[in-house]
Formats: sequence, C-alpha cells, structure tokens
Amino acid sequence: MPTFVKFTIDGVVCMSEEGRQLVEAAVENGVFIPTLCNYPGIPPKGSCRICTVMINGRPVTACTTKVAEGMEIQNNIPELEEFRRAVVEILFAEGNHLCPSCEKSGFCELQALAYRYRMTVPEFPYMFPNRDVESWHPKIMKDHNRCILCKRCIRGIHNSEGKPIFDFGKRGDKLVINIDSETSKNISDELAQKAMDMCPVGAILKKEKGFDVPIGKRRYDLAPIGTEIEK
Amino acid sequence: MGNTVSNVIKKYNGDETRLMDILMDIQSELGYLSDWTIEQIAKALDVPKVSVEQTVSFYHFFTKEPRGKYTIYLNNGALAFFHGRDEVAQAFEEAAGCKFGSVTKDGLIGLFDTACIGMSDQEPAAIINEEVFTCLSPEKAMAIIAGMRAGKTVDEIKGAKFGDGQNSNPLIQSMVNNNIMKRGEVVFADYKPGSGIKKAVGMSSNEIIQLVKSSYVRGRGGAGFPTGMKWEVAKKAHGDVKYIFCNADEGEPGTFKDRVILTEFPYLVFEGMAVAGYAVGAKYGILYLRNEYRYLRKYLENILEQMRDENLLGTFIGGKQGFNFDIKIQFGAGAYVCGEESALIESAEGKRGEPRDRPPFPVEKGYLQKPTVVNNVETLCSVVRILINGSEWYNKLGTKESKGTKVISVSGDCAKPGIYEIEWGFTVNDILKMVEASDTQAVQVGGPSGSCIAPNEFPRELSYEDLATGGSLIIIGRKRDLLKDVVLNFTEFFRDESCGSCVPCRALSGMSKVILERIIEGRGTEKDVASFNKWHSIMRKNRCGLGQTALNPIVTTIKNFPEIYKNKIKGKDDRFCPSFDLEKAVADYDAATAEAR
Amino acid sequence: MTKKIVATASLAGCFGCHMSFLDIDERLFDLIEIVEFDKSPIDDIKTFTRQCDIGLIEGGCCNDENVHNLIEFRKHCNVLVSLGECAIMGGLPSLRNWIPLKECLDEAYLNGPTVADCNEKKIIPCDPDIPKILDKVYPCHEVVKIDYFLPGCPPRADLIWNALYALATGNKLDMPYEVFKFD
Repeated sequence: MPTFVKFTIDGVVCMSEEGRQLVEAAVENGVFIPTLCNYPGIPPKGSCRICTVMINGRPVTACTTKVAEGMEIQNNIPELEEFRRAVVEILFAEGNHLCPSCEKSGFCELQALAYRYRMTVPEFPYMFPNRDVESWHPKIMKDHNRCILCKRCIRGIHNSEGKPIFDFGKRGDKLVINIDSETSKNISDELAQKAMDMCPVGAILKKEKGFDVPIGKRRYDLAPIGTEIEK
Repeated sequence: MGNTVSNVIKKYNGDETRLMDILMDIQSELGYLSDWTIEQIAKALDVPKVSVEQTVSFYHFFTKEPRGKYTIYLNNGALAFFHGRDEVAQAFEEAAGCKFGSVTKDGLIGLFDTACIGMSDQEPAAIINEEVFTCLSPEKAMAIIAGMRAGKTVDEIKGAKFGDGQNSNPLIQSMVNNNIMKRGEVVFADYKPGSGIKKAVGMSSNEIIQLVKSSYVRGRGGAGFPTGMKWEVAKKAHGDVKYIFCNADEGEPGTFKDRVILTEFPYLVFEGMAVAGYAVGAKYGILYLRNEYRYLRKYLENILEQMRDENLLGTFIGGKQGFNFDIKIQFGAGAYVCGEESALIESAEGKRGEPRDRPPFPVEKGYLQKPTVVNNVETLCSVVRILINGSEWYNKLGTKESKGTKVISVSGDCAKPGIYEIEWGFTVNDILKMVEASDTQAVQVGGPSGSCIAPNEFPRELSYEDLATGGSLIIIGRKRDLLKDVVLNFTEFFRDESCGSCVPCRALSGMSKVILERIIEGRGTEKDVASFNKWHSIMRKNRCGLGQTALNPIVTTIKNFPEIYKNKIKGKDDRFCPSFDLEKAVADYDAATAEAR
Repeated sequence: MTKKIVATASLAGCFGCHMSFLDIDERLFDLIEIVEFDKSPIDDIKTFTRQCDIGLIEGGCCNDENVHNLIEFRKHCNVLVSLGECAIMGGLPSLRNWIPLKECLDEAYLNGPTVADCNEKKIIPCDPDIPKILDKVYPCHEVVKIDYFLPGCPPRADLIWNALYALATGNKLDMPYEVFKFD
C-alpha cells in the first residue's frame, strides 16, 4: 500500500503518494508547474530551471524533488513567475527561434510558455548564434537553431539495443546535442516520431512531416499551456 | 594506432568509467584524439561514439586536432595580463609564426590559451607539454621557440634552474616556486610523516569523528561545510563500498595553495585521506588533481609508493586490523566546474563534468553511486593536525566561528605575492601590509566567484562570519582598469567554464559579456547596468556554485564601485540606443565593396 | 476629441504586417474617426509633416536607410510600436545574421548559381544611391527605444485593431489569447 502524504502548494492543501515527483503530484492536485526539460517517463534533470519552486525559502526544481509529508511549496508567486518568464525569454534570445517558419509552431512548448507569459519581446540581447542544420540523417532532421538543450532526447531516445542516439558535445555557450551517426542510422519511423514528439521545440523533426494541422487547430492555438491541468 | 587504443583499453579492463584515463593515455601516445580514434574507443568500450565524444569535447585539454609537437598553453587569466601577458603572447606568435588557437604549418608548435594554471604569483606562465614555465618575458618566449626549432626537448628548453623546496626534487624538477611567505601552525608547520596515521590507529572511528566535530573544522574549499558532520553522515550511509575524494582541482583563478601544499606536504594530505577512510569506513581514496598540476605526477605517485612501503597505505595500516586504504590519482582534463564536488565525481566516472542534482548528496550516493566524501586538500591537512594536537589546541586558533588557520594565495599588485598561512580573523588591511601592497584600488576576495571589495571594506576580517574565502586574494592596484582588466576577464572565464546545463548560466554568462563590453566602450545605459542585478537573481537559481556566482565579478563591482559604472553611462540618451554603432554596422559592407568604389 | 496622428513604415519587412492592418476591414471606417495618417505607405505621404502620436514599424533594419528612417520615426513619434516578428526580432531576413556579410554578398552576387555566369566583372553593387547593407539585421529596439511590441507574422488584424484603438483612446489593451501568436 502506498503511503499518502499531505503538503501545501501556495497554502492549498494537496495530497499525493509519498516520493512522487513534485511536478506530477502538482498535476494530480490541479496545479500547473511549468516544465521544459522534464518529460513524463524519463529521468528528470533539472537543467532548464523553469520548474523552480520555493521550499522552505530555498529555490529547488520541482522535477527533481519528491513530495514529502508537510512540505510547504510556493509556486505561483511573483518572484517565480518573473523568473520563469525570464527563462523563456533567455531561450528565445539565446537560439534562433523563427516561429513563422517552424514546423512545430503551434505545438512548441517553448512558444506556448511564451504565450502563457505574454512575452512580446525578450529583455535579453539576441545572440544570433551560428548553428548547424543536420539534414543528412535518414529519418530525422536536427535543426540546432531551435534546440534549447533540454536533454530530453539524450535521456529519452535509445535505439533498439538500448543505446543512446543523442548526447551532449562541448560545454558552456557552445553546448550542442550531437547525434550518433551509427545508432541513428537504422531507427524506425516510430522512434523518429517519438523523438519529434518528445522534443519540446522544433529541433528534432521527423522527415517529411510538418505543417499538417491548420492554424487555429493546433495544440496551443486556443488555450494556454497548463490550463488543461489547472482547476 | 589501433594497437594503442586496444592496449590502453585493456590496461583499464575495458571499464568505461575510466574513460578520462583512457583518453589521456591515448592522447599522450597519439598526440590527439581523431574521429577515427574516438570511433575505435567507442567500439572497444561498446558505447556509441557520441558518448565518447561527449567527454572528449567537454575538456579543454582533450583535442580532436593535432596541437603541435610542442603545445604551449599560455594562461589568459587576469593575473597573467597584469604581468605582461600581451607582450609574451605577441613574442610567441611572432617567433612561432602562428596565432593563438592554431598550430604552425609544419605541425611543430601549437599556441593555445588556457584558464588560470595556478601560478598567479609567477605570471605570465604557460604549460608546455606538461611542464610549467613561469615568469615569462618576450625574450624567454623567443628563446623557448628557438629551442623548439632547434629540436631540443622540453626538459632542455626548461633548463636546470629549479624552484624552491621540493620543486627541485629529482621527480619534479620544475621552475615553479612555492613562495611560502608565512607559515602557520596547522598546515605549514613541521611534520613527521606517519604521525597522523600512528595517532589514528590508537583511536576508534567514532572517536575520530567526534574529535573532528569538536574541532569545528569546516571545509576549506569555500563552502565551509563542517567536516565532522560530513564524515558522520558518510559513516552512517549505507553502502558496501565507500570512497574518499581529495578535491585538488583548484581552478579558481588566483588560487594556488593546494599546489604548494601538495608539493611540500603530500604526506599530510594522503594521511588525511587515509584517516577519513578509517573514520567513515572507506577503503579507496582518489586524489582528483587538476591537469595543470600534472608535472607533480611522478613525485606524488612515488610518495604513494613510499607510503605503501611504510605501511601507511595498503592493508593493516599501522598494524591495525581492518584499516585498509589505498589512494590513486585521477587527473582532470581542464574544466573549472569539476571543482564542484558532484561534477568532480561525474568526471572521475569518465563523463562530462556536469554537476548533479541534489539530493542525493555525494555522502549518500556519490562516486559510482556509493557514499563518497569529498574534502579539500587543506581540510584534510587540518584534520591530521587536529588528530595530533587535539581539538582544544585547534580551537584556540582563529575566531569564534572560524577555527584554525587559512592558507591564502596572494597575487596581483604587491611586493610579496605568494602563500600565507594566517589565523582566521586577520583583516584585509593586515594582509595588505604583510604583502607590501600600496596604492590598492580593490581586492578580489576568494577569486572571481567571491567578491571584489573597495578600500572601505579593507578593515573587514577574513572568517566564515565576515569575509569568507576559499583561499585567495587578488590585489588590484590603482593603475588597473577594473572593468576591462579584471571584471571582463572574469566574466569571459565563467562563460568559457560553464558546463552549459542550466539555462541561465549557459546563456547569461555570454550575454553579460556582450553588455559589459558595451558599457566599457561607453555605449551602455543605466538600464544595462540595472539589468545585471536582475540577472544575478536569475543566476542564483542555477544548480551549482559556478552558475550561482558567475555574475559576482559584475554585481560586486556595481555595488562597491558604482562611480566607475556611473561614469561610463553618463549622459547616454536611450531613446537612440547608444549600443548601436552605424559605422561599425556598415564596416563589413564598406570592406566588401571597397574595390568597386 | 482630437484625432491621434499615426505614421507607419515597412523597413526590412514584406509588407505583410501592413496587409494584415488592412484586414481590419470595415473597422477602417471606425479607425479614421479616431486617427489621422501622416507619413505612411497607406496614404503615400513620404515625409513627416508634423509630430505624430503613434508610429508603427514593420520590419527590422537591414541597411543604413532603414536605420535613418527608424531614427526619423523615433524623433517624430511620441509612441513607437514594433509591429510583427521582423521588427521585433529580425524575422526571416535575420536568417543571414549568423553568416558573415561578405559570404552573403559573394553568394548573392558572385558565386550563386544564378549569377556566377553573368556577373563577369564580379561586381558587388555599391553606389551612393544604394543603401549600405548592415552586418546583420537588427531588431528595431536595438537601434532606437521601442515602447510597445505587437507579435505575429503577421500580427492578427484583431490585435492591430485592438492595439491602435487602445493607443488612440487611452483604453487598456485587450489582448485575447487567440490573437497573441508568433506566426
């Protein structure tokens, strides 16, 4: 029998299974904590920092935190909402995010969060980095311009032998996701689709796919991300 | 070439967690790690190439391209520039005939920048094929290149004039100097090898932990966590195997104390590790040593060998049943972030040095997911002394909340840079007097990740309760352009050394550089300066200390030297962005069409 | 009520934002009740005739003429609005921003498949009458201060209408989720 614990988010009493990931526990209780690098079913990494909440006055990432009895969590407070908005803005300024020409537009989680926060322009300087577009892989395209380096593909996509296809290269502002030309060679259509779906932005595309849902009917066209969770 | 790969991998039993050693050994054989080599390594370890590439491309000293028969890594830290780095670099470039970041056409000489190499009191300094060259001048640079052209070995080029103390030991023979200017009672006092272990075997592990706790000794790496408490948690942690790490990855620019301690008192450090092992129940110790100190390798390995011979390492240490402990040296490969304990552990496991999320803490799940204690070099030394002299003796040193002594690396604009072991509680003014600094504009306390203070704070004392420091003071004279010579250099350092995982750290350290340069050029605005404080609070939510402090050089100077910034932004009308420079923006077009005009 | 004076311009843009502006359809009649146009392609007034209340800028700055034009707008408009993705972040023209200008010019005039054989004298056009191309495409707010930003490619007609109405009447801007888009 799982043990259930009581905790509060912004003063509201919540309940969940002990040890459950805070992001998921929040969802169960109708609370939306924005995420980007987190993805259900793969190990959390806490790298985008957008799910930062305050527990006992300390900032911690909700994706790497497990709920415990009596935890007092601050989520929807101005300091954090400002921070989250800043993370979104930083990502838009850091890469080359040309939404008008992106296949993922309307389904992109980064864009959806920007809509949620009503970002009109980032407060950060556009870096316009010189990044590659890898179109030579048989099944997938990798557009590094759009990559937010969330590591979802590294953690979540493995070939049929269980070996990773993606991994980090370099470091700092030169950080890049590399694709293994060997393990990516024989991936199935399903895995390519899974990689595309897992990518929060339009950095991984399944070839010959895109723009197949008309504007107005896309995932985030009508209601902000998170509203499906919020009570 | 294929043989080299398979031999080396065999040597490490095909263990992918030894990837750092594997890559280092192969690179030292082959000169560089080509795509083909990486592919062979990946095949032999049965991992995707991309995983090997991840480690190779993370570290500064691994290279996929040849970097020359002679590879010159010249420090590009602020301290090197203080002492004439520009002229030395120019002399290297002119004599070699290639620019920094490249190799001569004949493949003989490579010139590369590198971050602080722990020689701040003897700059400009460079590492050439693992040997350290200090106090460089343009003349020396030219002589070095001439020696290379004449086919001399690096030993021959280095010459036979060696530094003080053990630097002249036949197993080191380096021109590096210790420059120990003040010896204290804890680290740099006389020491009889073996006396720490001798004392330890007469005590139970609990007694040792209680003693360390009652001494109130705190981690000397900068964070200041109570050592006894760390050991207690590690002792209680469940695990069939436990590890003791000594963090000797001192990469904080301006810090070089661990180098000197390891040169002069390696016994003290290694015995400290053994004592820690005895206390928490660990059999294995790993000294994680930064690659820049590779010239100490033979010497330190020989000390370990001697300790095994003297029964200070191995089994039945000091004749005590169940006291089994041995130490190996794990070299880093050039990454400041690996000084963070969980990044250090990742690195020792053969991966990129990306800090881990906590919890779990390393004392619960560390190296290879086993309970792991990571202690600073100086901390381990202190523990051995406490064991010998008792905690009461130790408690008499220092201040109320900061017991004992602190070894400080002093560099910059003063007459007597070097190593000072002081009791906690000395003021910055006391130290400035000791090191004979005059006309001081600012003091960088605790390196770039610490704070830059102005003269009005010089009466403050060094202690955990007031001005905490991991171990360095950089003295900045009035002749320096604080923003350009110091703050910008440190900001670039953090940009280059970020692991890149957390969004704010990866992006804002580079963006800050852009804005700071703008301000320095006189094209910044009040809003630019204000944004830094806002960005700093964003950075505080990064995962590790590097990311949390990367804007410290900027925000502490904004706080302590506001007039410098004010003068730079005075009278700027931000209705017309002063950062936009039309002349600069059309320069490329003018150049491309110059002929047609 | 005195009518607000509006000026508009398309810099390095495609005029799509202006087209979308016209898509407010019959509300154009409501609009001219509350605003009057000065320099704008809509009425073809080429130079400012007076100080304006509102300036709408489509497109970023890709050449020096764009820069001069934008600076004129800043001088003549009390409130300046970046209209659409190109003005806000460079947009599609900024796809060249990470390629050195020399490479772009060489490809466009010397080496590209459609020019390689016919540009015998290997000329990259330059003449005092032709604007000088900037090293990259600059978002408008990197050249002058911009007060408001209306996203979209193009911004939805409803968003433009709502924004102009709010600016002209001093009412609060109504920005429904459905019209707040980047594409």
